[in-house]
This record gives sequence, C-alpha cells and structure tokens, in this order.
Amino acid sequence: MVSGKGGTGKTTVAAALALALAREGRRTLLVEVEGRQGIAQLFGAEALPYEERKIAVAPGGGGEVYALAIDAERALLDYLQMFYKLGSAGRALKKLGAIDFATTIAPGLRDVLLTGKACEAVRRKDKAGKFVYDHVIMDAPPTGRITRFLNVNDEVAGLARFGPIHNQAQAVMKVLKSPETAVHLVTLLEEMPVQETADGIEELRAAGLPIGRVIVNMVRPHHLDEDALRAASGERRADVAKALSRAGLGGARRGGLAERLVDPLVAQAAEHASRVELERGQRTVLEGLDTATYELPLLGAGMDLAGLYELATELRKQADDE
Amino acid sequence: MSEAGMAMDEPARLEVDRLLDDHETRIIVCCGSGGVGKTTTAAALGLRAAERGRRAVVLTIDPARRLAQSMGIDSLDNTPRKVTGVGAGGDGDGRAPGELHAMMLDMKRTFDEIVEGHTDPERAEAILANPFYQSLSAGFAGTQEYMAMEKLGQLRARDDWDLIVVDTPPSRSALDFLDAPKRLGSFLDGKFIRVLMAPAKVGGRAGMKFLNVGMSLMTGTLSKLMGASLLKDVQTFVAAMDTMFGGFRTRADATFRLLQAPGTAFLVVAAPEPDALREAAYFVERLAAERMPLAGLVLNRVHGSDADQLSAERALAAAENLEEGGIVDQESGKAGLRDDDRSTPDTGLDDGGDTAAEADADVDEITAGLLRLHAERMQVIAREQRTRDRFTSLHPEVAVAEVAALPGDVHDLAGLRAIGERLAAGVPAGA
Repeated sequence: MVSGKGGTGKTTVAAALALALAREGRRTLLVEVEGRQGIAQLFGAEALPYEERKIAVAPGGGGEVYALAIDAERALLDYLQMFYKLGSAGRALKKLGAIDFATTIAPGLRDVLLTGKACEAVRRKDKAGKFVYDHVIMDAPPTGRITRFLNVNDEVAGLARFGPIHNQAQAVMKVLKSPETAVHLVTLLEEMPVQETADGIEELRAAGLPIGRVIVNMVRPHHLDEDALRAASGERRADVAKALSRAGLGGARRGGLAERLVDPLVAQAAEHASRVELERGQRTVLEGLDTATYELPLLGAGMDLAGLYELATELRKQADDE
Repeated sequence: MSEAGMAMDEPARLEVDRLLDDHETRIIVCCGSGGVGKTTTAAALGLRAAERGRRAVVLTIDPARRLAQSMGIDSLDNTPRKVTGVGAGGDGDGRAPGELHAMMLDMKRTFDEIVEGHTDPERAEAILANPFYQSLSAGFAGTQEYMAMEKLGQLRARDDWDLIVVDTPPSRSALDFLDAPKRLGSFLDGKFIRVLMAPAKVGGRAGMKFLNVGMSLMTGTLSKLMGASLLKDVQTFVAAMDTMFGGFRTRADATFRLLQAPGTAFLVVAAPEPDALREAAYFVERLAAERMPLAGLVLNRVHGSDADQLSAERALAAAENLEEGGIVDQESGKAGLRDDDRSTPDTGLDDGGDTAAEADADVDEITAGLLRLHAERMQVIAREQRTRDRFTSLHPEVAVAEVAALPGDVHDLAGLRAIGERLAAGVPAGA
C-alpha cells in the first residue's frame, strides 16, 4: 500500500516500487483505486480498462509489471457474479440504483470492494498452485484517509455482524493486518506532508495496520552551505562577480552582466538555504517517527518513463543496501 | 521572460482584487486536486477580501493544524469564529477593513444538526443511535462533500456575510463534490429507497404482501448479501429519515443552483505540475458543462528568477568551467565557452596571476554553487512553463494568476497576507 499526502508523488512512487519489485522474473500488479488514470499517464499508456494488463518490463529485463484500475461498480458486479451467480438479479439491482447506492453512498462498501479486489489478486493462484503475482502494489488513497480506507472492513464487519459481507470483510482484514502487507507513506521534506505522515503513522499503529517505510520523495541536492552564502553576499561579493566574469559571463564592474547577476543568484541561494534549513527540521521530525526511510531524488528533467526507471533502480539499491 | 515563455501567448491575467472588490461576488469556491494549496488560497483570499472592506467568512474543510491556528479556528466547533488581527498592515488601499470569520467543517456535527433540525426529538434520537447512520456520518466516501455543500447553503442562508470563500474537500476525484448533491438527489428519487423501505412499510400489513413479491425477492437478495442485521439497520435508518429526504433533495438542488448563480465565482487551484494541471483542465471542462461560473486558475508555487537572462545551460557550463579551475584563459579572461556578445568579460578587473588563482579557488567553488543552483531553478522554470503552456493551449480562455513559491509553509496572518499580495500581483516574483 502506497499512501501519501496529495502532491507528494505517491502514484509515481507506487509505480517505481512495482518496477523495483518486478525483478528476476517476478510479476507485480500495480493497482489504482481513485479513478484518476494516473498510472496510464505515467507509463504513457492509454487509459486502463477494468482489466489487468501488462504495462512494463522491469529494469534489467525479466520481471513484468501489470496494471489495473479498479472500478468500484464493476468490482461489485463481479463480486455478485462470483458469489451469487446473480446475472439478471445483478442487472436488476443496477437498474434500481442499488449499485449506485452501494458504491457511492453506502458507508464504506466502495472501500470494501476496492481492498477486496486487491486482496483477491494477492491470493490468486495459477493452476500449478503458484501465486499469480509476487507483489501487489496499490496506489492507495491519501494519508488523511488511508487508515479509514484500510480499516473499513473492520467497521463493515461490525456493521454486518454476520453473512457473506461480514465474512468477506473479515477475510480482507486478515490479509491487510498480516505481515504480508506494508503501508508505505510518501512524503516531501515539507512541514505539512511530514505532519500528515506523523499523524498517519500514529493512526495506522493504533489500528494495528503494518507500517512499511516512509519514502521521502523529491529530495534536492544541497549545493551551498550557509558560510559560503554569507561570504557570497558579504565580503566576497566582488570576488564572486569576478569569478562569474572569469567563467565567461560578462563584466564584473558595477553594471556589468556578471556584477548584475550576483544579487539575484545570491537571493536564490538564500532561498535555497532557508529551504535546506526547513528540510533539516523536517528530517529531525521524521527521525523521531522511528520508521525506516528511503529517499528518492528530485528529477530535474521532470517525471517521465526514464525517470521512473531511475527511481525504481534507486529503490532497489536502497533495499539491497539494508 | 525566458525563451520558453515566448513560445506561447500569455493567458489573460486573473485579477484577484477586482474579483474580491466586486460586491456582486458573494461566493468564491476554491477547487482542485489535493496538495496544491487550496485551503491556504481560500484563507488568503478571505483575509485579503476582509482587509479590503468585505465581511468575509472562510469555510475550510481540512486545514493543516498551523494554518487553522493562524486563524484561531483550531477548535472544531463547526461555527464561524471571528479572526482577530485583520486589518493590521494589510493592503486595503486606505479602505476601512471589514471582518473575517473562519470555520472548520465538522461533517458529523453538520449531519447531526440536519437530523436534529428537521425531525422531532424522538425520531432524531433513533437516527443518531442507528449504527448505519453513525458510520455514514463519520465520514465515509462522499459525506464530506455533501456536508461541505450543506454548510455552504447554511452560511449563505444566514446572510451575515457578503462574501463566502469555500475550500473543497480533497476528493478522490475532482468530480465528487460537484456530483454530491446530484447523486444524493438521484438516490433519494430512486426506486432503491422504496425497495429498502418496503419491508418496513409492508411488515405491519400482511395483506399487502402479494404486491411485493418482486420486492421481497430483492430484499431477500439484499439480506443474503448484507446480512440481515445490517439490512435491518439500513431499513430502520431509511424509514426514520423518510420525512427528511424531501428536505435533503430541496437543499441539494438549491445549493447546486447557488453554485450556478452569477454571484458565485469558481477558482480552480493547481500547482505547475502535470497531475495537478490535468485535474485542473478536467475541472474547467466540468464547470463549463455544468454552467458554473469560472473566474480563473490560481497557479500556486510558481518559480521565477531575476536572473532569467542566464540560461541553465550557460550557468552549468560556467560552473563546470570554474570547478575545473585551470582552464580559464587568463590573458583574455574568456572562459572558452561559446562566443556571446553579452559574455565579454571585463578584463580590467581580472588581475590574473598564480596567487590570485589560489585565492580564487574558494570563491570559484562558491560561485559554481550559485550557478548550479541557478541552473536548477531555470530547469524548474522551463518545466513549469511547459506544463502551464500545455494547459493554456487547451484552455486559452481561462485567466491565470500565478503565485510565487514561498520557501516554507504559512503559519500566521502575515504569511496569509503575503500570499494574498502574491495572488493579487498574479505574476511570480523573481528569486
């Protein structure tokens, strides 16, 4: 399960993780539940239907990544079909608006269906009795909702105190709370995402859900320390102008291009330094969470398929180093 | 502007102050995907409006703790609280400041209040104690959206404010909050409700049973699916809520019409990232389809540079040059990069010589660092512009206000005020 505050890149990290885990002939399934078609966009593929299809080959070859966008309505009809052979009754329910009710209004049923479908994929075996997927990675709802999303089966099992929904909910919960599951939280080194991560971990712990890693995404390189910055804006200002000039960037005299570059460059560096300072503080908060972390770099060129493979390789490296 | 910016016509500028000063503007809805600064934007707009003389109220859905604290609404009591400190040093153009109220939505309490307000105490108690209702109201998918819209309707009906700024829930998809009132309506109009209620109604009248063979077949199926106890809870809930459904539907319709009314302005909030702008485009299209009035796009966290005459490539080349040290041609002072009129160095200040070169090593390293940072900044700017241009080419009609990125989060009114100023300026500042 890959969660994270909106804007932290959880879909990207989920995809990179699916690629990273699909090593040496393994097969992974990358699952999307929020209907945004983020996976298709990321892989430059057409919108995913409600069907598992191969979307990528792992870096270095061998493994395969499949993808699936779960649609709650279709999942419910599947479920009815599977358990009750309700061909026409299912259609009748749909006509009545019962399916709409179940998937949009009834408390939690939608989330039960989404987690249920993912668990079905986790447990599915081929004819030889081997698991079809070695790993199932879900691009899950954001941190603010993740505990409720994963815990919904407990709640539903409590509401429906017996009967098939009760049993199904309990079976799903058993998988979700087992060591087979890990909930990873993606964050940036910014205050709000880190705070949400801290809150999320607390909630997951309280609910007895297994926490995986905190994955710090879009980590920037640090170029200048504060002493250097002070020097550049203070006593060495003229020398910086000369250095710029030596590097071929115009005149260092007052009004020359190199000289005029100094202030904006120093201002940018000052902004960078205050960011670094904020990041340091956030890192300390993360260390206090007592959860292992992975770090992924900010990709200067923006996110594309090559970048995704780069992140997958990075994740693999960090996992191997442990 | 850098070269990338020239490639495309600039979109019309969204004039935030004109929107806030227009007393015809009664509701501003901030929508967009999660993590783009929607709540902060809503709060900054409310503060700016108040400091320009409006009586404004901000309805936030799920504000970050410190943002809520900055407005003094960190207690969850579901009613608007007056924000203190409004008008202290704001850009009011000499106008007397108005007032700012702020509140945080408590969806369960909002739901409870509806129940309590629309039915007799005995029935209200039965509903509030119903397990199905308790789960529904505690915030399963969709409830937040309904309740946000319900609260908006309530605030508007009170008529205590001349401007309401609404933040929208961080929905799984952009559509949820627009769909919420309609979905509720279609569900309440639907046959399914009647199926659910059938046993409760029919139960007491055995003679009616023959009418309901199909229905009982259906409820039999439902019972098999849901388990009899849950079905019973749902049925009790639906039966108890029966008298209230009409009210729900009426209010949902009224809120929907309110959103379409000329006094409403939608602001789509996004960050200059592909995902956020894709959602923004989706939203723009959806608003148009629903005939909802769109004021423009607020593009948060846009980067700029006061040194944008220096491209990323030249900055990197110069940095490498400095880091390699010795290759500088001391005689001419030229770095041996590409020939460019603007890069003719001022040789008079370059005193050259070995000792100077040693002393320069340190400063070269610092300067190279500055240049690398600048190169990164320019890459970010170029990427953001490409992303924005893609949106603009799809929707050239949408006015845009760009808000310069701040290094940290907002913690106080001064920070919100700074965001408000950037919103009003509508173009990213430099460094």
